Amino acid sequence: MLTILFDGVAYGMLLFVLAVGLCITLGLMNFINLAHGAFAMAGGYLTVVMMNRMGISFYWCLPAAFIFAAVLGVVLERTLYRRLYDKTHLDQVLFSIGLIFMATAAVDYAMGASQQIVNLPPELNGRVEILGANVGVYRLFVIAICGLLTIALQYVIARTRFGSRLRASVDDGRVARGLGIDVTGIFALTFAVGSGLAGLGGALGASILSMDPSFPLKYMIYFLIVISVGGASTITGPFFASILLGVADVAGKYFIPAVGGFIIYTIMVAVLIFRPQGLFTRSAKR
Amino acid sequence: MLRRHLLLGFAGLAAMSAAAPVAAQETVKVGLIATLTGPQAASGRQKVAGAKLYMALNGNMVAGKKIELIIKDDTGVADITRRHAQELIVNDKVAAISGFSLTPLALAVAPVITQAKIPAIIMTAGTSIITERSPYFVRVSFTLPQQSVPIAEWIAKNGAKTAVSLVSDYGPGIDAQDAFKMRFEEKGGKVLEQLKAPLANPEFSAFLQRAKDLKPDALFLFVPAPTAGSLMKQVIDRGLIEANIKVVGTGDITDDDQLNGIGDSVLGLVTSHFYSAAHDSPMNKKFVEEFKKANPGMRPNFIGVGGYDGMHAFYQALEKTKGDTDGTKLVEAMKGMSFESPRGMLTIDPATRDVVQDVYIRKVEKKDGELYNIEFDVVKQVKDPIHK
Repeated sequence: MLTILFDGVAYGMLLFVLAVGLCITLGLMNFINLAHGAFAMAGGYLTVVMMNRMGISFYWCLPAAFIFAAVLGVVLERTLYRRLYDKTHLDQVLFSIGLIFMATAAVDYAMGASQQIVNLPPELNGRVEILGANVGVYRLFVIAICGLLTIALQYVIARTRFGSRLRASVDDGRVARGLGIDVTGIFALTFAVGSGLAGLGGALGASILSMDPSFPLKYMIYFLIVISVGGASTITGPFFASILLGVADVAGKYFIPAVGGFIIYTIMVAVLIFRPQGLFTRSAKR
Repeated sequence: MLRRHLLLGFAGLAAMSAAAPVAAQETVKVGLIATLTGPQAASGRQKVAGAKLYMALNGNMVAGKKIELIIKDDTGVADITRRHAQELIVNDKVAAISGFSLTPLALAVAPVITQAKIPAIIMTAGTSIITERSPYFVRVSFTLPQQSVPIAEWIAKNGAKTAVSLVSDYGPGIDAQDAFKMRFEEKGGKVLEQLKAPLANPEFSAFLQRAKDLKPDALFLFVPAPTAGSLMKQVIDRGLIEANIKVVGTGDITDDDQLNGIGDSVLGLVTSHFYSAAHDSPMNKKFVEEFKKANPGMRPNFIGVGGYDGMHAFYQALEKTKGDTDGTKLVEAMKGMSFESPRGMLTIDPATRDVVQDVYIRKVEKKDGELYNIEFDVVKQVKDPIHK
């Protein structure tokens, strides 16, 4: 029982790290970047290449995946995404979907279509007993890293000067600019961090979620569910939504395997009926 | 309306090809509909490599005709498979189509080939019923029940009293779990639960945990080969083998193409299947060697062999009809055909047009630094147990 809860939390945490960047760009910058999963895939594939072809330790792959995806994010933001900030949402959706197809085809061409397999360092394999539950070491590791990231993110956005500038830029970009805040720079940096987190999520998930070229499309649905359930205006909303969905998904498959895979969608539908603005969004914001 | 026109078109085409003087046709075209992009793309690569290898080794002249292979990518979507089949038949005027990575893709072309009277050679898809859906289907791959029954017998013989099965939730998965259950319970065992995981979802942790908590003697697995890598990693990770559960399955889970990537943790895993790259025969040695030479970095798996044998079946049929490309005659020529393949002897059952072949029980072992499925037992000439 505890094992199931634990697996669910680990899965949810992973979903959160993968999706949080999308929450930032969607909720804070009001930009729909469906190609978010492509950054996660970039991180995942970088890990595969570094570990399997160059023999670099898994622990170095994690920061490398973050930096790689973040740099990729900045480059794309400066060259492509920036032009779409003031376009309609439909243009943004079409553009980012196109980007997904390009990423999928590029990875397929470069790395082949088969699933990439990551062999974790031996100390992360195996299982330990905690509170009577038999849990995987790697999942423990995932929970620890994702937990730390969540705290750090929440702290940066709520407590630091950068966070208040970001919030100011989002609330009213023109006034913020008038006060001397570098709105463009802040958005670029935020986009980079969001992409970087996706890359890190991809690296962490490479051994659990199965990396293949269709990754961005396959997981786009999960990201969007997280955001629609959690609401996109906070960090805590998507966080709790991810955990809820992760636990519900794993528990559903365990206890009622016949309909298990469908539970995550049922929850989404239920939430959207009763709280269309998302579970954790205050309905009257401004 | 459009549909009716198409159907009329097929009927007309069939009449024409029957009436046209055979000798006038110099090139014989064969369509190969493979899945070359999307999650199942690895399977398409193997199939195309196998088919091309056969043509490279055996030339492209049969009964005085030049064979031309037309390759199409259906991305794993049934509508596209069907559209390609129509285009191949109507525009390219192929003598036969082949390929089909997944059962739904094969089923989608059944009405098309029946109307057009064009044979379709199934190189991969493994649900029993496919060949019953059109008299123009001929299968050279395998059926899931054919592969599942021998391992059910083996595991029952080796002391398992209870079992749980975990399969992907689609046609072949259901076939596999039902055939396994049927034979395992005939042999006095009991299947505690039949778990089905969604085909599109690669997260197996909850299902595996449930299987583990049910404490069976054996766990039977089937997923399509491209998904096998992540499933096996999770099986190992969850400690099912340490929990003294005998993990077995069809050869899809220790697919030759992916086996080395899964790693040493699957050493000793027992599966049943019709092909292993380590199959000990001069023909297979040559096949593996040539395949690797033509496709660096790839090792042939059962899908590659399916592509190879599919072309062989077509070549032989055309030889038998002395170059006549009439679809019905080609199918007749393939019925009862028997030949040696890299996998061993293979016969097309004249009654069902389905494949009859040896199924091997194999164990994962290390050979020359690589992981292989080493065959240690064989059930001779297995027929699909579900066909009447």
